[in-house]
Amino acid sequence: MNLFHFFAENHEQILELTLEHLWLVGLSTLLAVLVGIPLGILSAHWPVWNRPVLGTASVIQTIPSLALFGFLLPVPWLGERADRLAILALTLYALLPVIRNTYTGIRGVDPAVIEVGRGMGLTGRQLLLQVELPLALSVILSGVRIAVVVSVGLATIAAAIGAGGLGEFIFRGLAMVNNQLILAGAIPAAVLALTADFGLGQLEKRLRPR
Amino acid sequence: MPALEFRDVAYVLSNGQPLLSGLNLQVMTGETLVLLGRSGSGKTTTLKLINRLLVPSRGEVLVNGAPTAGCDVIRLRRSIGYVIQDVALFPHFTVEKNIGLVPQIEGWTKERVRGRVAEMLRLVGLDAELASRYPHQLSGGQRQRVGVARALAADPAILLMDEPFGALDALSRDQLQREFLSLQRRLHKTVVFVTHDLREALRLGSRIALMDAGRLVTVLPPEEFVRSNDPLAAAYVHAFADGLDSLSNRGAR
Repeated sequence: MNLFHFFAENHEQILELTLEHLWLVGLSTLLAVLVGIPLGILSAHWPVWNRPVLGTASVIQTIPSLALFGFLLPVPWLGERADRLAILALTLYALLPVIRNTYTGIRGVDPAVIEVGRGMGLTGRQLLLQVELPLALSVILSGVRIAVVVSVGLATIAAAIGAGGLGEFIFRGLAMVNNQLILAGAIPAAVLALTADFGLGQLEKRLRPR
Repeated sequence: MPALEFRDVAYVLSNGQPLLSGLNLQVMTGETLVLLGRSGSGKTTTLKLINRLLVPSRGEVLVNGAPTAGCDVIRLRRSIGYVIQDVALFPHFTVEKNIGLVPQIEGWTKERVRGRVAEMLRLVGLDAELASRYPHQLSGGQRQRVGVARALAADPAILLMDEPFGALDALSRDQLQREFLSLQRRLHKTVVFVTHDLREALRLGSRIALMDAGRLVTVLPPEEFVRSNDPLAAAYVHAFADGLDSLSNRGAR
């Protein structure tokens, strides 16, 4: 049976696992954005937080993914469901690019613009929401793009702890020495990563300040 | 009552370096006080102490008789227009949004903001169709006019201008200086204007405050400044006159 036939015959399962994969990546990226952007803002506005925040996120990145899944398994509530655990691990990995780019984006806003904003009487909140974040948006989005692309790849490993996703095909293929199964996981994962990279890249270009 | 007053004001950096010391100065309502001096003389520091972008290390600054230390800093800044050399228009906002930002956050209705933006564009001599443009689509002179319009939008009684025409070519600067004078004749704002250019100071100022190394050297009206015996003021006037002489000599050749 060639690859095309395999995809045609198993399209329902491929679709199901792709959706599972998207769920893992989408939710973890959303959580990373919700946590990472405020941490990036904190680091940019209060330099004292810069080292601990970026340092911790960097250290998390250095932990091998399989080992991190293993460390988190015995944790109560989290270890009860593999997808919870996978989402937390993926969120932790996605944090660094989001925090770092938020920090870089905000620090990169022209100081003269900030000074004029303050001089005109904008409050800290108005300055953040109306000036700093919009001007840093394309840099922040670039961090989110990196986070998504990395997460699509890392999420395949989540199948090792039973969290589902396209990694299931890959692990099954490895166990059965079946290249078609491996490709059934790898090709949709690669397409997801490339699509996300392209789509977010286009959005980033449109939002880049002139 | 002066619109602005400095009482024995000093400003010292956190590393102990003094940028300004013993400043006593009054700015009268409706006058244009020019702060003249070299880079690092304390002109911009003085300006930023007025709208509390910097906080005095000693002494007090009074705006309309009230010490700025005790007042709501956001309200204070919204009541004072601020223009800087870089203009620093918000690059992601249109001209209309740039000019209308303070009125908008002050809660003006959309129609009132739009009307005010149109009025400000007319006031600074810009075409109404520029309202929908972004800053990168404007020339340097147009950007500077938008900067002035933005500073005047909420109708502040006091205007702080930090070398606003310093980055422009000679012709645009000359034109904007003329427009500034005509605007000031109509609006009678209290203006504190920073420059290092004596020609600009003589042309625009009701009085010139000469600063050097963080100290106020002298405050004189332009006609007295050119006759001053103060060594630094005289040096400025000589340098300016030398420039004029060499220009006329070249013309005579």
